Amino acid sequence: MKKLRVAEEANYFDALAEETFFMILDCLDSNPLDKKSFSLVCKSWYAAESRHRRVLKPRRVDLLPTVLSRYPSVSRLDLSLCPRVTDACLATVALSLGSSLRSIDLSKSRSFTQVGLESLVTNCSSLVEIDLSNATELSDAAAATIGRAKNLERLSLTRCKMVTDMGLGCIAVGCPRLRALSLRWCLGVTDLAVGLVAVKCKEIRSLDISYVQVTGQCLQPILQLKNLQDLSLEGCRGIDDESLATIQQKCKSLVTLNLSNSRHVGYLGFSSLSRGAVHLRELILSHCGTVSHSLANSLQKFSRLQSLQLDGCRFSTYGLKVVANSCSSLRELSFSKCLGVTDEDLSLISEKNKDLQKLDITCCREITALSIDNISRSCPSLRSLKMESCSQVSREAFPLIGERCRFLEELDLTDNELDDEGLKAISRCRGLLALRIGLCLNIDDEGLTHIGMHCQNLQEIDLYRSVRISDKGVVAVAQGCPGLQMINLSYCEEITDSSLISLSKCSKMNTVEIRGCPQISSNGLSVIAAGCRQLFKLDVKKCFQINDAGMIPLACLSRNLREINLSYCSVTDMGLLTLASLSYLQNMTIVHVGGLTASGLAAALIACGGLTKVKLNLSFKSLLPKNLLEHMEARGCIVQWRDKPFQMVDPDPIKIWKLPAGVET
Amino acid sequence: MKQENHFSPVLLQEGSSIVCDPQAVLNNLSFLEQKIHQVQDAVRSIMSPEEQSTAGGPHELAMKQQLMAADLTSIIIQLISTAGTLLPSLSGGSSMTSSSAGFLCSPSALHGFYTAAAASGGEPTTVEDHQEEKDGEGDGDGYGDGESLLAGTYEVLQLEKEEILAPHTHFCLICGKGFKRDANLRMHMRGHGDEYKTPAALAKRNKEHKKFQPLKTLLCVKNHYKRSHCAKSYTCSRCNSKKFSVMADLKTHEKHCGRDKWVCSCGTTFSRKDKLFGHVSLFQGHAPALPFGEVKGAAGPSYPGEASDSVPSGVDLDGGAANVFNGKDLESDADLGLFSPVSFDSFNFGAAGEFPQPVFDAPDGSFSSMFGDYARKGGDSFTSE
Repeated sequence: MKKLRVAEEANYFDALAEETFFMILDCLDSNPLDKKSFSLVCKSWYAAESRHRRVLKPRRVDLLPTVLSRYPSVSRLDLSLCPRVTDACLATVALSLGSSLRSIDLSKSRSFTQVGLESLVTNCSSLVEIDLSNATELSDAAAATIGRAKNLERLSLTRCKMVTDMGLGCIAVGCPRLRALSLRWCLGVTDLAVGLVAVKCKEIRSLDISYVQVTGQCLQPILQLKNLQDLSLEGCRGIDDESLATIQQKCKSLVTLNLSNSRHVGYLGFSSLSRGAVHLRELILSHCGTVSHSLANSLQKFSRLQSLQLDGCRFSTYGLKVVANSCSSLRELSFSKCLGVTDEDLSLISEKNKDLQKLDITCCREITALSIDNISRSCPSLRSLKMESCSQVSREAFPLIGERCRFLEELDLTDNELDDEGLKAISRCRGLLALRIGLCLNIDDEGLTHIGMHCQNLQEIDLYRSVRISDKGVVAVAQGCPGLQMINLSYCEEITDSSLISLSKCSKMNTVEIRGCPQISSNGLSVIAAGCRQLFKLDVKKCFQINDAGMIPLACLSRNLREINLSYCSVTDMGLLTLASLSYLQNMTIVHVGGLTASGLAAALIACGGLTKVKLNLSFKSLLPKNLLEHMEARGCIVQWRDKPFQMVDPDPIKIWKLPAGVET
Repeated sequence: MKQENHFSPVLLQEGSSIVCDPQAVLNNLSFLEQKIHQVQDAVRSIMSPEEQSTAGGPHELAMKQQLMAADLTSIIIQLISTAGTLLPSLSGGSSMTSSSAGFLCSPSALHGFYTAAAASGGEPTTVEDHQEEKDGEGDGDGYGDGESLLAGTYEVLQLEKEEILAPHTHFCLICGKGFKRDANLRMHMRGHGDEYKTPAALAKRNKEHKKFQPLKTLLCVKNHYKRSHCAKSYTCSRCNSKKFSVMADLKTHEKHCGRDKWVCSCGTTFSRKDKLFGHVSLFQGHAPALPFGEVKGAAGPSYPGEASDSVPSGVDLDGGAANVFNGKDLESDADLGLFSPVSFDSFNFGAAGEFPQPVFDAPDGSFSSMFGDYARKGGDSFTSE
């Protein structure tokens, strides 16, 4: 009887068209757990979900064969959570997905060679995107293999330091359809191969040769690329005004130009690079030394310039005023850590660019409340304001932000004179997503309660060392902002377990940093583990009360945990071994954990197979067996040894954090 | 000093063929006889004591001597030129001196020689300039002998200063790259595809072709004959694989042997990386080839043995002469494509099962067709697996 009913049900759903299932599944895209529930309904729902899935981001490669046979239509495979991907894994991928695979991300994986890539390139003929970033041991032979993927359109070789001109040359010749190429930090590559890429791959739209040892020579063919929109030349020390002077090409298609950290490029070089670039929209000149008058003046030519980043630059006298006069359509502007930015400059700029949406004035220590007054009045559509450590801005300025800039989504007021009144005004920004008010020593629960009451969309809040905060404020935020994903309560010493209990209601929480909160116990931690199933980063350093009792629920419930800091906790071998069952755990810091023995640690390290980075006391180095460390290294795990003295109580935060600011002003 | 009027040209041009006029030769010889007598008289006059006493002094004497020297030079030139006209009737060429008898008697060759001489000397001279220079200075340039040409029997080529001083005189019609020598351009053209490297494309060495140019000097003939029709008896002692039939070719090779570590997929080697990349960026389908040890899983012979000995070397050896290419050379060049490390490796790797026979046994050994094959077969294997 029961059997019959099951059969009837299956038939009933089988009658539904696959498209119907797919339309339903399309609406579920945001949450992975929903899809899981969907596929658990019955066999035909399971099958529909299997056929529907296009993107796969597995956490472990050992299950790949099963997973891939379940999802045959996957076109994008993101292996960035798998630190160790062997050639055999890649061969499995290549054989099971074949030509349906279009994109593969190996950016954080190691231990594959050209043999694995060979099977990918041979079997997956429609591969258009490969991310090989951080494959620091990949050789030219592997690059030559990539050069056989004729249809490749996007390739990242960031930090592939072993690849030389020869390998890149093979790619340039073999992949004529390349549209986006990143060669960032490819230290083995020179002008020759980069120039060859520009000659052979005419479709290139985005090229990143930051920190590559090239000179102006290779820019000649690059600027001849008809479709080039995005060019990044960050930190290219070989490129200077002299070598750019001879360039006659005009690259009219250029939209984004990144010249950060290029101290040898001045006005002359910039003008030859940007000649004819009438569509330039984004210009990044951060850390480029002094911005000269002529350069600032030449910004006039780019009538469509929307984004200008001048972080860490110096300006000649009136230099910023020239910038202000040259630009009038800016949406994004960044001045962080610039010396000599005055109220006058900022007022002029904000008056000229009334559509400003993002402004970064981090560490502009000369500006006062006057600037904030002018900015908030002139730019009502501001969405992002970052003003960490603007130490001269008085507390009267902050209510103005809340009153005038109602569309703010991101606000960074770290290390400012902010008080509860300011916070109350800021709570009027209903759309606020991220609020960073760490090191604000004047705020307390009252202000925070206002935030909790009004900013319902808040996803991220940083209260690092805002020491007057206690449970009351945190509870208000936790109750008012159910979508909270990140919270930092480090060194707010008054925080207790009751904060964590209320925070556990925020089911989307993925990052909890409660470093140095001595009142927090294992109970609080277990409530978090039960409530916040998506938790992937947890920092409980110097929560001295946390012991093995907290580790057990963590190990059972927080299956997504990737990063944990247990330094100074009262955890013993038992707790650590329990934690080792978390197969996704990649990053573990266990310094000064008194209850640990060498053998317990060794057992935990062996059991926790997914680790990529472990920080340990130097004293364990001699105690752990050598072959264990070799084994860890072979698995792709880096062990960092720390030799810091045991510090039960932190030095006075005011001394640490306020002194440098005081010295500079 | 204008003796040209008395000196009649011996080369008469009738259409494309040349007739050697014996009457003109005789006339020239008798004119030369008169000339020699004049000089004899002049020498005697210097020797006689009366003449010496009436002479103006040492200054005038020096001038007279200079005049005589010039006269004698002119006589020598004309004598040689006359002798040159008789060359075709002489048997072989063993008795010729290379300076006077270095060209076969054809107007185009003669013309070619002028330009070649101008080019190799690096002097910015046109044919016209060349004549004037001789008239003025009377230097003994044995080949030119412009005085013997009648107006209308030669073509005056006016070259602009920029043309003469330009670093390259031959340009590729496809990619625009310039070359100093035509031979280098032809070697370059082969990279652009099959149609540029068939024997038919060698217009210069095909006498049926309208662009036919004969070999210009005896040395060229010798080298051509040795390279094309003789055994390669000189072996490089360093690599023990490359063989040459011309000693000079071996010496050129020895300068580079073992230093050409930059290899293209077509098999061409370079001693400098930038040259390899220049080559790769110019030609479609060529790619840098990794050293053999680096390509894991590569089976087959190490770097081309027999194939490499016929790499066209020595193209640059003899000045204006460019005569290395013939059908045979091209054929062996084509073999190079088969042995190139990259293509070979990819065969074995990607589609080993599909090639029951070794690739180098393929009957159709043409270079680019192999590339085509690779692309096609490779593609099949991708989809089938």
